[in-house]
Amino acid sequence: MQNGRDISALPPASRDYGIVFQSYALFPNLTVAQNVAYGLVNRRIARKEVQARVTELLKLVGLPGSEPKYPSQLSGGQQQRIALARALATAPGLLLLDEPLSALDALERVRLRGEIRGLQKKVGVTTIMVTHDQEEALSMADRVVVMNKGELEQVGTPRDIYEQPASPFVADFVGRINVLDAVATGPGEYRSGRLTLKANGHTYQAGSRVRLYLRPEDRVVEGSLEGEANRVRGQIAKVEFLGGHCLAELQVPELDGQPLAVFFSLNQVRELDIREGAALELALRPDRIRVFAA
Amino acid sequence: MSAVLPAPVAPARFYVADVLVKLLLLLAGLGLAVFLLAPMASIFERAVLDNQGNFVGLHHFATYFATPALARSVWNSVWVSLAVSAVTVPAAFLFAYGLTRSCMPFKGTLRLIALIPLLAPSLLPAIAFIQWFGNQGAARWLIQSLGIGSVYGAPGIILSEVFNCFPHALMILIAALALADGRLYEAADALGTRRLRRFFTITLPGCKYGLLSAFTVVFTYTISDFGAPKVIGGNFNVLAVDVFKQVIGQHNFSIGAVVGLLLLVPSIAAFAIDWVVRRRLTANLTTRSVPYAPKPRALFDKLMLAYCALVCLMLLAVLGMAVYTSLIQLWPYNLTFTLKHYRYALIDGDYAPAFWNSLTLGAWTAVIGTVFVFCTAYLLEKTRGLGPLRPVLRLLALLSMAVPGLVLGLGYIMFFNHPQNPLNFLYQTMAILAISTVVHYYTSGHLTAVTALKSLDDEYEAVSASLKVPFYKTFWRVTVPVCLPAILEIARYYFVVSISTLSCVVFLYAPNTILAAVAIMNMDEAGDIGPAAALGTLTVLASAIVCFLYALIAGILLSRSQRWRFNVEKP
Repeated sequence: MQNGRDISALPPASRDYGIVFQSYALFPNLTVAQNVAYGLVNRRIARKEVQARVTELLKLVGLPGSEPKYPSQLSGGQQQRIALARALATAPGLLLLDEPLSALDALERVRLRGEIRGLQKKVGVTTIMVTHDQEEALSMADRVVVMNKGELEQVGTPRDIYEQPASPFVADFVGRINVLDAVATGPGEYRSGRLTLKANGHTYQAGSRVRLYLRPEDRVVEGSLEGEANRVRGQIAKVEFLGGHCLAELQVPELDGQPLAVFFSLNQVRELDIREGAALELALRPDRIRVFAA
Repeated sequence: MSAVLPAPVAPARFYVADVLVKLLLLLAGLGLAVFLLAPMASIFERAVLDNQGNFVGLHHFATYFATPALARSVWNSVWVSLAVSAVTVPAAFLFAYGLTRSCMPFKGTLRLIALIPLLAPSLLPAIAFIQWFGNQGAARWLIQSLGIGSVYGAPGIILSEVFNCFPHALMILIAALALADGRLYEAADALGTRRLRRFFTITLPGCKYGLLSAFTVVFTYTISDFGAPKVIGGNFNVLAVDVFKQVIGQHNFSIGAVVGLLLLVPSIAAFAIDWVVRRRLTANLTTRSVPYAPKPRALFDKLMLAYCALVCLMLLAVLGMAVYTSLIQLWPYNLTFTLKHYRYALIDGDYAPAFWNSLTLGAWTAVIGTVFVFCTAYLLEKTRGLGPLRPVLRLLALLSMAVPGLVLGLGYIMFFNHPQNPLNFLYQTMAILAISTVVHYYTSGHLTAVTALKSLDDEYEAVSASLKVPFYKTFWRVTVPVCLPAILEIARYYFVVSISTLSCVVFLYAPNTILAAVAIMNMDEAGDIGPAAALGTLTVLASAIVCFLYALIAGILLSRSQRWRFNVEKP
């Protein structure tokens, strides 16, 4: 639906949208100005107006003065911004971005991510962006739609998606997560290995097999663990250094060989003496554990 | 920002564009159906009908095989084609190996010379070989010392067809050898593999499909070629000449149709093999492959150079003899220089219009053929709609290669000469010559166009649709300029093949539309070997000039488009 009009059955040319592809799809034999003006020239608009519009758009995407250049003279990120300008030139009611950043290197990708988001807010055009990069989706979107094999899995804000995944697929797909096999033992109580864990807000029939999903950061380590639920004790099997933080793999004897991945900031690593072979006790937050039927 | 320009409303003509695509596709399909399928169907029909139009089943086939002289042609054609393949493919492989895997000098020149036979009508080498090895040949002792009594017959056909087929096989094998993945050779070297083992475990398996493809191309070219056996075949009967004799000599269209169908068998088989091979070939290639770069090896490079130079020398000797024959009074009695054969061929003789007709035909096919081939390929590759028709069109485009020119020409007379055919008016015009040539050589141009179009981003069309620019504008502003080198290449190809083609047009020309290759055949038959050689030389010259012009224009275009075609600077 677009402005109350069902456009599913219309040919592409009769829908009102602009599109940006992963491959940029800039016309190689036309200059930047001709590329941006491509959709305008066809509409019997005075040449001066077209020129003014091109100038305005190039300024908008941060590449003023690049009119006479050819696409092959620009870097990937610059080409993608020209493609964006071309898509916006006709002031479409809807902007489609089809993996616009996948072809760029990591640094350029992060930079352009912010730029596209800023531009989209400034222009105020409804934008649908397709991406395989979960981080990209979480950082740029107002609303995220997670799809799996053509089926819709969950629609929600990035925080909803991350903190309250609606299905095991979403939980697995977005961000890192621990999965523990367990059996329900009572209301909000589950037995995994020889450990009984509490999780809020779910009820499964006692004896049914479930899986517990827990993010590596959803644990309590600081201060006294006195009175905390879900206390586990184990030995650190290995530490993976990730820059700003570390991922430690904890071997808990009571979990019967199921490893537990836990995030620590670098400061915590120092303060809590996180290293291979060290013993560690922590508490898993019952309000954070998601339970799905196995 | 949206205040700057109001969003314009999509005009209704975008539906029109969709309809236009479908209409054009239908038109292309109709064209191929009428000018390729229908003539073929007429041959099938004619083979099972008698002269009164009654169904006689396989009667004509039975008659054909009951005639010993005719049935022997089947065997003759097969073994001669096998012999030509057995000589050409290894010879071309060694030449291609030298060009791609050695560091010998003069690679460009050697390659250019080796491709020269492509420019000559298939009759020309036969004429040259008669001059070299015929009854009064300059080097008759050479073949006699080899125990061959006379060049007329199988030896002459084999020699001529090896000359004709060499560049075809060479191009396929160069492409196959150039695909080598350098990483495999590095791995073999790292494992201490010896050269010979490397050759048999990496090189040969790597180009086995190319070898197979070269073999089928040479085999089908030889079995369906008509020019060389007509000139040098003597009393040695082959299928292609049988078709001609039955149809032109005896007006026996039914037996002609039977022989035509027999000729179709190896072509269709070759087509099927090629179809499978092509699929394997694409699966074989990965984008990660690293091109193989040969390292200098003094002895090997010298040996390769010696071999390639020898081959080029032999090819030039054949062409040179034709040129020489055209410039002297009469071999071997009067060797003084003269231009009278050229005057006869171009001005005085009965066939004076032939050369100009051929040039006209070349221009026509270059224009019509290129436009039709490229537009159809574009519609097939870059538009949507009419899904079921597309695979059929693709198949037809490839199938044209599988129909020998002689068979296609036969189909054309049977189909268009039919008094009830509304297209009967085409018969005996330049138009039918142009159309038959375009259809006969369709596949190569089609593949060139498809390759060029596939290298373009598929999303141009989607972007244009979103910007509400109709497809034909994008076609004109982007697709055509970017594909211009390929378009010129198709036009050059069409020109060159149409001025030397014989088999496709030999049934279709009228006295006022006689073509150079036909005139060469007729003059040779009348004993006017000088003018025949002169006309042959002229067609080679015209083709060479067109190729040179093509190279020149392509070079200029490329340097002009340099600004956008290449990455000038990357900030």
